[in-house]
Amino acid sequence: MEVNKESRQIEKVSSGIWAPEYFGPNPDYHNLYQMKRVISLSPLEKILNLARAHSIWPLGFGLACCAIEALMGANGPRYDLSRFGYEVMRSTPRQADVMVVAGTITKKAAPFVLRLWEQMAEPKWCIAVGSCAISGGPFVDSYYVVPGANKLVPVDVYVPGCPPRPDAVLEGFLMLKDKILEKRKVVTR
Amino acid sequence: MEDKVTALVEELRGKFPFIEVNEQKTVIVPVDKLLEFMQELKDNYALDFLTNLTAVDYPEENKFEVVYNINSIVKGYSLMVKTSVSREKPELPSVFPIWGGANWQERKVYDLMGIVFTGHPNLKRILLDPNFEGHPLRKDFQWEGGRE
Repeated sequence: MEVNKESRQIEKVSSGIWAPEYFGPNPDYHNLYQMKRVISLSPLEKILNLARAHSIWPLGFGLACCAIEALMGANGPRYDLSRFGYEVMRSTPRQADVMVVAGTITKKAAPFVLRLWEQMAEPKWCIAVGSCAISGGPFVDSYYVVPGANKLVPVDVYVPGCPPRPDAVLEGFLMLKDKILEKRKVVTR
Repeated sequence: MEDKVTALVEELRGKFPFIEVNEQKTVIVPVDKLLEFMQELKDNYALDFLTNLTAVDYPEENKFEVVYNINSIVKGYSLMVKTSVSREKPELPSVFPIWGGANWQERKVYDLMGIVFTGHPNLKRILLDPNFEGHPLRKDFQWEGGRE
């Protein structure tokens, strides 16, 4: 079953707008979406990124048990994600900045995960929490599990664990903050 | 409760010559008499609640065993009924007209095991994708992928 068929179609449409010659010989830069994720286009965007990095609004959706650690545990009073300004769970993807993929993505869930991602407004980021979202985890050989969130959406930060502790999730959010502030530094590290 | 079930099973054995009862007081019914037997259980023995309907694959014996766990809320006992169908033509009558709760459970058995319940009002896949090929809980189901 081709799970990310729809995203390929979207890439195809966007590549028709921007001619490949415009970006030079490196094929990595032919896709404008991917390029925008690693460089800042203007000094103004750097200033905007200061604001973005310190108030990331996560999309409040969880797929399996990792959501208890990544969204509930990290948001609770003990770990308190709101110290960093990331506590505003949005119930609609149109207001959210980061999608926390927390849990196993089954093939039946894959279309709506992709659809939520496409409904989010740019700039948007994705954190894959737990081994299921990273690679399929213990269910990688299963007939009905997508082996990794990166088969569907571009993932910025991977938080390993089964499930990861809430402090690991905090670390993941702080890495995402670094990535937003200094895109090139984190990507080439 | 144990005594009640023993008494019930003895009575059933006297009344229906075609059933078998094993040492765990499980009733084994031939598939052509299933619907008639189940209707009798509901009407005359107050077994009014189907808690569980599932199936087991036995490839060596070339059969599927369909298992019904039926409870009586009024009298407080439960009974397990089994029937078997061949693997070549896995078809048996639906018990949906007797217990409405069989609706989704039969769809689940159809989805994962590929057993067809004739007379079911809406027999289509419930858990897996409609385009999924094969029935994954069968012992001979093979699937490759995932790992790269």
